[in-house]
Amino acid sequence: MTAHAPTADAHAHAEHHDLGFVRTYLFSTDHKMIGRQFLFMSLFMMIIGGGLALMIRWQLAWPETQIPLTRWIPEPMMYDGFMPPEFYNAAVTMHATIMVFFVVMPLLVGCFGNFLIPLMIGAGDMAFPLLNMLSFWVSVPAGIMMVGSFWVEGGAAAAGWTGYAPLSTVPEYTGVGMGQNLWALSLIVLGASSLMGAVNYITTIINMRAPGMTWFRMPLVVWSLFITAILLLLALPVLTAGLGLMLFDRMAGTSFFLPAGGGEPLLWQHIFWFFGHPEVYIMILPAMGIASEIMPVFARKPIFGYHAMVFSIISIAFLSWIVWGHHMFQSGMNFTLGTSFMITTMVIAVPSAIKTFNWLGTLWGGNIHFKVPMLWALGFISTFVVGGLSGIYMANTPIDIFIHDTYFIVAHIHYVLFGGSIFAMFGAVTFWFPKMFGRMMNPTMGQIHFWGTFIFYNIGFFPMHIIGVGGHMRRIYNPTQYEFLEPMQWWNVFITRGVLIMGAFQLVFAINLFYSLYFGKKADRNPWQSNTLEWECPSPPGHGNFETPVTVHRGPYEYSSPEVEEDFLPQTRDLSGATGGSH
Amino acid sequence: MLNWWLPENVSTYGADIDGLFHLVYWITMAAWVLVQVTMIAFLVMYRNRPGRRATYTHGNNGLEIMWTIIPALIVVWLGFRSVETWNKIKIDLPESEHVIEVTAKQFNWEMLYPGPDGEFDTDDDKMIENDLRVPVNKPIILNLKSKDVIHSFFVPQLRMKQDVMPGRTIRSWFEATKAGTYEIPCAELCGFGHSGMLGYLTVLEQADYDAWLAEQWPAAQAQAPENDEVDPEGGRIG
Ligand SMILES: [Cu+2]
Ligand SMILES: [Cu+2]
Repeated sequence: MTAHAPTADAHAHAEHHDLGFVRTYLFSTDHKMIGRQFLFMSLFMMIIGGGLALMIRWQLAWPETQIPLTRWIPEPMMYDGFMPPEFYNAAVTMHATIMVFFVVMPLLVGCFGNFLIPLMIGAGDMAFPLLNMLSFWVSVPAGIMMVGSFWVEGGAAAAGWTGYAPLSTVPEYTGVGMGQNLWALSLIVLGASSLMGAVNYITTIINMRAPGMTWFRMPLVVWSLFITAILLLLALPVLTAGLGLMLFDRMAGTSFFLPAGGGEPLLWQHIFWFFGHPEVYIMILPAMGIASEIMPVFARKPIFGYHAMVFSIISIAFLSWIVWGHHMFQSGMNFTLGTSFMITTMVIAVPSAIKTFNWLGTLWGGNIHFKVPMLWALGFISTFVVGGLSGIYMANTPIDIFIHDTYFIVAHIHYVLFGGSIFAMFGAVTFWFPKMFGRMMNPTMGQIHFWGTFIFYNIGFFPMHIIGVGGHMRRIYNPTQYEFLEPMQWWNVFITRGVLIMGAFQLVFAINLFYSLYFGKKADRNPWQSNTLEWECPSPPGHGNFETPVTVHRGPYEYSSPEVEEDFLPQTRDLSGATGGSH
Repeated sequence: MLNWWLPENVSTYGADIDGLFHLVYWITMAAWVLVQVTMIAFLVMYRNRPGRRATYTHGNNGLEIMWTIIPALIVVWLGFRSVETWNKIKIDLPESEHVIEVTAKQFNWEMLYPGPDGEFDTDDDKMIENDLRVPVNKPIILNLKSKDVIHSFFVPQLRMKQDVMPGRTIRSWFEATKAGTYEIPCAELCGFGHSGMLGYLTVLEQADYDAWLAEQWPAAQAQAPENDEVDPEGGRIG
């Protein structure tokens, strides 16, 4: 990692030089370092989650053939590169669990929540720095438990990331013993980590905004992280309670979810999805916030409909509590209740539509620079719209009868979480990299990575809609076991090729990341000529962030304002007296 | 252009589902084209050029109201438009002489036929694994059960899917419109043998069905369900 700029630190917070390596890089209480820690942990986990995905895809395209580069994986996981169905189910379960809980959440919330909130509201650090450090260090054992569960007897959890009971609660049904327990324990521990983060974010945003930073002068990414933190605070305890019941059923002989003992399998689904749907928005709201942050900067224009954007975030958050039943239309849940959930789910599409139109409005009349972060933001909108629209098919109860549990769902979730959250994450990394590490990323490699990923992402994932509409079930080990899927098998080959090539393009990102970390061009304070407060600090900011306390005079998106000659007007610049501002 | 990806439909209500599918297809396709074309047009029209300055505007309340209300009306209309089909498939089950008990277990479907007397729990009940035989153009009621975990009864060509819950009996129905043999995959992850958990639905012409009944229950002389008409009043069972 790069050194802090010494001149910047010298005048405000000299004491941070006394911190040794351990307090600076490992047990740091500095929100920026914790953000970077979350970044590298999640990118590491993404390699595992992505590797599992590629193995799954290989198996689906060329079932029961030897998978390249996997012969090192020991029995009874893989047999000399051949994947048995037990491991396939574990791979499907762990791919999704890792991507949701150890990649997307810690990247968007852990990394960018931590890094951006204090900087963008003009605070020196989080409200509870020690709790913040704990939040990261509690997530590490959770990750170790999750990944380590592959090596325990019986293998890793294999009941799907949704862990439906009683498959997940009776060890005999899957043959998985300790692995499923570790899965639940890991998520309980990770939940504690997220709660610590959520409490911190909420407190910091409410109490530590700089003078003049009113609620409606806050950048949209801070708004989205604030609402996300509230969702986390309210949703995660529900999952934790459900996981606790699961562990009781597995280890203490209770039968909360087992009909034979008076339990009810549907109870798990209600608990899981009551958490699970807000969870979907926990993973997409920050991504929407990131896109809303990047677009005005590169369109050199105020965000269109700032207030509408804020209110749609709030209404999404509210509605996200009353739509969970749309995952359960075919579950045997009361069928009339299904209709109620269909209507609420239809309504939740509206705020997302509002946001999309406002992004288009932001582009209208702009002066658009196609820098790498902007490409990701535009790519995000383009793919998120597909994911949003495909949601309408599932929200519609009769159509859902047919497409439920098919690849249509797999396509949808990947358009939202990969084309949505992960694209936004790439946008965020390329946009804030200069602030995080004091160097610029290489734009040529950035362009190659974007176009390779965007094109092969769509080649890989769009056809999943097509095979889903053909009836292709999700989570099946070998599609060639079914006659009616025979004519579609070539699509599986096509999809796998697309995904493999897309995977290869991620190497460009990895190379760019590490190359730029050490050899990137030195970044100045405000390389994108942006308005928000983080760009007032040195790149990277020293301990305590701001050299002098900042005062906010206006909203975050005053681009091309007639008040000044340049096409940007930082939030801190005082136009009342002599021209202030630091540039 | 559209039907090449949906499997052939062979059930009465399948046409309703396909109709809604196509309706949503055209609505979402129109929305998708609108957004993508607008976006690309703006990207071209408003790309950075020397000397250009962006329009300074914070939005337009009229537009906000328009693009809140129009999508809201469309999706809510779509929701209410779908209720009738949903009720027809899942709530208002028709009366039927043909009731079969389907019990899922890891990793097979047990089809229990009531036999000529039409009653379960009698001596002439007969269980056949993974082999579901029904007459064409007759409503069929399935009592879906599970012995262990959740499975999901799925016949793509019937557009029929219903999860099977341990501890419950879920009544479900279909009416096939074309004779033939169709696969019954399990659609809900149910263990290591989930993939390949597969039964077969054979829809028979009435004469073939009667012949099959006579073959299965030779003792009973053609007492098997006759060519009954559907009870015109229908029945609400739930
Ligand atoms: Cu949901
Ligand atoms: Cu099954």
